[in-house]
Amino acid sequence: MTGTTLRLIGCRKAFADGTVAVHDLNLTIEAGETLAILGPSGCGKTTTLRMIAGLERPDVGQVLFGDQDVTRLPIERRDVGMVFQNYALFPNLSVEGNIVYGLKVRGISVVERSKRCAELLELVGLQEHAKRGIHELSGGQRQRVALARALAPRPKVLLLDEPLAALDAQLRERLRSELDQLLRGLGITSVFVTHDQGEAMALGDRILVMQQGRIAQLGTPREIYQQPANPFVAGFVGNLNAFSVAARTVNGLKVSGGELPWSEAGAPSTVYCRPEHLRVVKREGHLHGRLLGQFFQGAQSRLLIEVGAAQPLLVDSADNVIHAPGDLIALAVEPQALFALHP
Amino acid sequence: MKRSSLFIAQLLFTLLVCAFMLVPVLMSLVAGLTRNYFQGVSSGLTFDWIAQVWQAYSPTVWLSLQLALACAVCVCVIGVPAAYALVRMNNRFSRAFEELMVLPVAMPGLASALALLLTYGQFGSFRSSWLFILVGHVLFTLPFLVRPVMAVMQRQHLPVLEEAAASLGAGPLRRFFSVVVPNCRAGILAGVLMVVTLSLGEFNLTWMLHTPMTKTLPVGLADSYASARLEVASAYTLIFLLMIVPLLVALQAISARLSRGEQR
Repeated sequence: MTGTTLRLIGCRKAFADGTVAVHDLNLTIEAGETLAILGPSGCGKTTTLRMIAGLERPDVGQVLFGDQDVTRLPIERRDVGMVFQNYALFPNLSVEGNIVYGLKVRGISVVERSKRCAELLELVGLQEHAKRGIHELSGGQRQRVALARALAPRPKVLLLDEPLAALDAQLRERLRSELDQLLRGLGITSVFVTHDQGEAMALGDRILVMQQGRIAQLGTPREIYQQPANPFVAGFVGNLNAFSVAARTVNGLKVSGGELPWSEAGAPSTVYCRPEHLRVVKREGHLHGRLLGQFFQGAQSRLLIEVGAAQPLLVDSADNVIHAPGDLIALAVEPQALFALHP
Repeated sequence: MKRSSLFIAQLLFTLLVCAFMLVPVLMSLVAGLTRNYFQGVSSGLTFDWIAQVWQAYSPTVWLSLQLALACAVCVCVIGVPAAYALVRMNNRFSRAFEELMVLPVAMPGLASALALLLTYGQFGSFRSSWLFILVGHVLFTLPFLVRPVMAVMQRQHLPVLEEAAASLGAGPLRRFFSVVVPNCRAGILAGVLMVVTLSLGEFNLTWMLHTPMTKTLPVGLADSYASARLEVASAYTLIFLLMIVPLLVALQAISARLSRGEQR
């Protein structure tokens, strides 16, 4: 299966009440790539997916699949596979009936149909369940049927709307890695919408972070996490400590709780760092504060440290040393872990 | 023991109400099987009256069944797409249309029949065929199918199921027949049974629209009440009940299944 390049050119969509869901969006999704669209609810991520699918027509702009302009084609003529949030499996059909639906519509022979169905059942590990009704399946099994049904007609593009949101945490983890392997194995161009940053990081080759109908940032998970474009992206993807800079010193920046190393010229008003980049040290730290609480999280523990700023600092510490609330904690930070953002 | 005396009072009242409603039905049934009603059951029981009714009025039974089935088919063909359109539109116009559809039920049947006669009465061969009555029945029973089908359609997540079908390449017509209709089966079935039941028993409209050649069961019943012996008319009622009661039982079973399906 070879992928198709997807392009949105200046796509805008407003709703009947006048609110603009998506502002002039320009986006290219490379063939075979998996793009995660990430954002809070109401940011326009679902509308973007639905414009690609053909369930919404942009008010202005074009949608291209390869060289073909599909802006005016309804979904049934776009050759996309779609996995819906609550799967939207046909309750009147069996697992098999659901999977072959798209093949039947395309007039593929019974023999071909059952062959393809067997392939897909094997792909998603549901060989034993072909004749079952949808009501007899667990959430995870339904998710797999939805995926198999979407893939059966060999679509050009696979679209997934919050594909794992309806599952419980443990199952979500497992299906996430299964889905990742599957998408990589198929090499199909795929786009999925999620509000879960962990899911976006794990599955997306690139992540599109959206905010109020616009692109906040588009980049690889690493870029998004390590070089967030603005405070919104930085705060949405992972946790973040913000330090208000009080003054520039010779070698650093004066902030509440201590002094941070800073070698660049000038002084930003705020600098940021991730919780895992703050290290608890015995003495001579950059920052000092008192422990408010410590939360054991298995592989690491999260510390809340009061330094006299508006928010306590978050520190992810891997050493799991137990501190008592009120203890004085010294923290060190590498200069390269600190960054400034332009809002 | 205040509570138990209250309970007994309630039980008695309930039984009294039941008796008030059921005794006439039973009386009528007994009358249809009694040799001579004025002498009472002591005169002996007989199936003669039923046989006599069957001899004289069996064409009305067949015509009623034919009408009821044709009516069910017509109402399905018109009503299911109509329900679908109304659910999808869901605006002021569609709600007004829904109200309008109930009008023939609210209006006296004689008035609707008169309107039909005034409009189509001059088309002689149409006027004298059973199809003329069919039109009246379809008008009258349509809302009884559209309403339950709409209710089922609103409960099912049809829009998203249709989107799913569309994403798999199905066009509008295919989506309607492969997704919408199968997922409303229960509502359609309940509606059809209701329509058949109503059509079998409809008298008002039918009495105005019928000709001597197109007499239905209820019209025949009125005939026999007016002209034949009380025992004959009662035997006629018995035949009618034999036809209608199984339908009502089926209706009940389906609505029970529907409410179970909802809980699932």
